[in-house]
Amino acid sequence: MTQDEFHAALPGHTDFELPVAVPAKRLNGRRPGRRPARAAVEGPPAPELTGPDATEPTEPDATELPAADATPELPAADATPELPAAPAGVVDVWDQRVASGLAFLRRRLAGAYDIDDFGFDPELTDAVFHPMLKVLYRDWFRTEVFGIENVPDLDGGLVVGNHSGTVALDALMLTVALRDQHPRDRHLRLLGADLVFRMPVLSELARKAGATVACNPDAERLMREGELVGVFPEGFKGIGKRYSERYKLQRFGRGGFVSAALRTGTPIIPVAIVGAEEIYPIIADLKPLARLLGMPYFPVTPTFPWLGPLGLVPLPSKWLIEFCPPIPTAHLTEHADDPMVVYNLADEVRETIQATIHSLLEKRPDPFGR
Amino acid sequence: MVTSLPAAPPRVVVVTGVSRFLGARVASRLAADPRIERVIGLDPHEPSPALSGLLADVELIQADARASASVLAELGAEAIVHLAVTSAPDPHSGGRMAMKEQNVIGTMQLLAGAQGAGRLRKLVVRSSTAAYGASFRDPAVFTEDTEPRAVPRGSFARDILDIEGYVRGFRRRRPEIGATVLRFAPFISSTAETSLTRYFAQPLVPTVLGRDARLQFVHVDDALEILHRSVVEDHPGTFNVAGDGVLSLSQAVRRAGRISLPLPEGTLSSFAAVARNVGVGQIGLDQIDLFVHGRVVDTSRLVKEFGFTPRTTAAAFDDFINGHRNGASLSADRLAAAERAILDGIRRVRAAATQDQEHVQS
Repeated sequence: MTQDEFHAALPGHTDFELPVAVPAKRLNGRRPGRRPARAAVEGPPAPELTGPDATEPTEPDATELPAADATPELPAADATPELPAAPAGVVDVWDQRVASGLAFLRRRLAGAYDIDDFGFDPELTDAVFHPMLKVLYRDWFRTEVFGIENVPDLDGGLVVGNHSGTVALDALMLTVALRDQHPRDRHLRLLGADLVFRMPVLSELARKAGATVACNPDAERLMREGELVGVFPEGFKGIGKRYSERYKLQRFGRGGFVSAALRTGTPIIPVAIVGAEEIYPIIADLKPLARLLGMPYFPVTPTFPWLGPLGLVPLPSKWLIEFCPPIPTAHLTEHADDPMVVYNLADEVRETIQATIHSLLEKRPDPFGR
Repeated sequence: MVTSLPAAPPRVVVVTGVSRFLGARVASRLAADPRIERVIGLDPHEPSPALSGLLADVELIQADARASASVLAELGAEAIVHLAVTSAPDPHSGGRMAMKEQNVIGTMQLLAGAQGAGRLRKLVVRSSTAAYGASFRDPAVFTEDTEPRAVPRGSFARDILDIEGYVRGFRRRRPEIGATVLRFAPFISSTAETSLTRYFAQPLVPTVLGRDARLQFVHVDDALEILHRSVVEDHPGTFNVAGDGVLSLSQAVRRAGRISLPLPEGTLSSFAAVARNVGVGQIGLDQIDLFVHGRVVDTSRLVKEFGFTPRTTAAAFDDFINGHRNGASLSADRLAAAERAILDGIRRVRAAATQDQEHVQS
């Protein structure tokens, strides 16, 4: 009997205390110090929770002890089939976990895993990066996803989003959203600025997580292979903009992403991300310092750099992500080099994202609400 | 294909660089082909005793590249296989100066000689995927049409760019000669000796901190097959030759059972320079460029044209591992044994704990 069942049964049925009294007897029959240790080893078996929870306060120990002695057969008969079964079942789970953890470590240490041409390491991404990011995604930003059915199941697609938030957390959250919400658990292959690939450690993390340099040959190759490619055409103009400019889409570069999609006939899926703007609100941009450090901007937020490393903690805004209906491009393949078609399509994508952002903002009146 | 008919294999083939590993093997392989009448090895150096056994059926001419013009005309060569391309400076025979002399000046003079050779129909040149240069804006996968975005730092890569430039000029001047340029990924096999195989054979492998380059290899046997086919069949053009698939540097080091020692790029460069001066160096700027940027090529053009798929990078590297078992400290077998031991240990401890508990209960 679970706790919920017990609570449901409790009102008006005082006679239900009778079966619950049996586990309470078992508890007293053991040494009290033993129990938590066993619980820790075995994991969370359900019956234990009911016993101490409800019955102990109601029944005095003194009266129970003789009762336990008086009826030793019945609880023992109940317990003996239960006990070997419970450790066997529970031990297996832990044994499997330890074994699979060790096997993972051994595979990593022996190099027995596969990466693709772009350096994408699916095993490492699923086992390490995604669980870490998912904590941010679910518990910190409380992300909600709409329109996941607009993302193709198997074929390639170009996911075009708005970019904001000082560091490209929105790109990572979009990756988690697709992995988490999509029925096919799709991996998003991000296209990153070459600045990312210049930096020593970051470049390799990005490659292992499936990103590659934003250039047309890579984008087209990924789309031809049927991958879902993620691109943020605003680039640094988007993530480096002031808080006062929030939710205003910046210029969409030269529309290189559109011609890549046209050349491969891949549908474009506009996506609007609301919430990233508030995580590190930029109140000033120290341009000379940025130039000195070779960065596109140097952000000053209410917490950074004043609070030092603490300023790196993103503010817990509420995130909404909406995938818009795909824009087919297969019929426009021969217009890939026509600047007018490319420009109009880029504009259409931009307008769609901007309109979706507005509708999402109406759904979320308080940026830091639940 | 230039000719419509399936062209007959050339009867007289000149192979340069026969004093070296690849040249000697290609020459002996061509000499064993009954369709080819004469195989002439052209090299300014005498082949090492280990290789001369291979060259029993090959006519050897010890000639400088400058002399090649007269030699080529005299022999009536129908095909030239240019393999006299050195990938690393050899401190015992002139270092970088001699390397550049051979790679760049040698190619220039050989092509000058070939231009006047009347019966010449075919030119096969060994190039390298280093021809794509090294830049942070490079696409992840190079096709034959990718232009290098930055001049590489490594001497070999710069020589390769020069060599390909000369071949382009030669193609313009003698368009009727089918020129095949083969851009090889680094060679690997259980027996091949290159600077990269020596590098991976070290017990402690220095790598660049914060970089994990994507690498591709080609098995020497597959490279020989491709070279052979490009001599006896007609495949003009430029082709990437590599094994499909990718190994990251750290992955390759782990598969080889070695331990990597990540050093910052600057430290590694100066270490490598000091080591080179002492004469024990395995790493030059070519390798550092490779380890920072990685290099992956698209081989679909090769597979389509030659109808031959080289074994995968992983398979080629496995062959290397098989030939270099000793020196591995963290081999796959040992790791598996350690895994089993730890798992058994945990199971024993837990079994003992449960028994103890049941004991207490009863």
